[in-house]
Amino acid sequence: MSDHDHDHDHSRTFQPDHAEPTSDGARIGLALRELLIEAGHYTPEEEQVVIAAMQKASPADGGRIVARAWTDPEYKERLLANGAAAIRELGYELEPYEFTVMENDDTTHNVIVCTLCSCYPRSLLGMSPAWYKSASYRARIVREPRAVLAEFGVELTEDVNVRVHDSTAELRYMVLPQRPHGTDNWAEEELAALITRDSLIGTQRVLKRNREPGDS
Amino acid sequence: MEAVFEVGQRVRIADRTPPVHHRVPSYAKGHVGVIERVCGLHGEPEKFIRGNGEPRQRIYRVRIPQTELWQDYEGTDNDNLEIEIFEHWLEGAE
Repeated sequence: MSDHDHDHDHSRTFQPDHAEPTSDGARIGLALRELLIEAGHYTPEEEQVVIAAMQKASPADGGRIVARAWTDPEYKERLLANGAAAIRELGYELEPYEFTVMENDDTTHNVIVCTLCSCYPRSLLGMSPAWYKSASYRARIVREPRAVLAEFGVELTEDVNVRVHDSTAELRYMVLPQRPHGTDNWAEEELAALITRDSLIGTQRVLKRNREPGDS
Repeated sequence: MEAVFEVGQRVRIADRTPPVHHRVPSYAKGHVGVIERVCGLHGEPEKFIRGNGEPRQRIYRVRIPQTELWQDYEGTDNDNLEIEIFEHWLEGAE
């Protein structure tokens, strides 16, 4: 270790469970974090809190929101009108972004992309899948959405309109998938368990029941 | 600050390329769409290179038919792309 004479603690900045930086970009990123902490813009403790919150987020949180919307029509109305406020009702904090929830129905299929980089509702759904950040997905989903969706197994007939949402600025998006048939009497927690990450992005359309109607 | 455009209004996205970071992808520049939603005020991306993005600009969601974006689009006339555009990138269109 270096013994340069200032009093911050590098071991608390560079967390041992993170990989050693192996690229110039990663080294620059680490150096920038250390400088920001050294200059007092935030503390290592604050950074840990943010990282822990992001690592805790997962598609299960999105599933909880969707299940609530399926079972409470008034909540669904609030969710579609002002996503961030309705999601905050369930205890999630999404500042500073506006949050928009797009509903699939029999004649509309929504899918989300960020063509300019890889904007994703990370504070709610956790880490984005690798393909979401790939140049191929980002370029093709706006150009030939039906072909890309077919590759994901989403076959759309001509009476279903595709809406591609390019997350280019300060909004974050989540798709509200359709509730599977035959789940009318299911409890909210059971419904939440059916919802997948891809259905919240829009690269999956049909959710599968994990039990048959009538099974106890 | 009052919104200049309203839901349903036809708008054209400016076709320009400032030599700084901006949040309008090339494929959308110059195209015409309809305001789908009026959103909030946010820092202007072009001004973050020096300063804090002030004064903030309103964002709109603009709905553009896919057949307007791509001449050889394979899909239906009802397929759309929706994209967030800052107010200073929009002008009213016929």
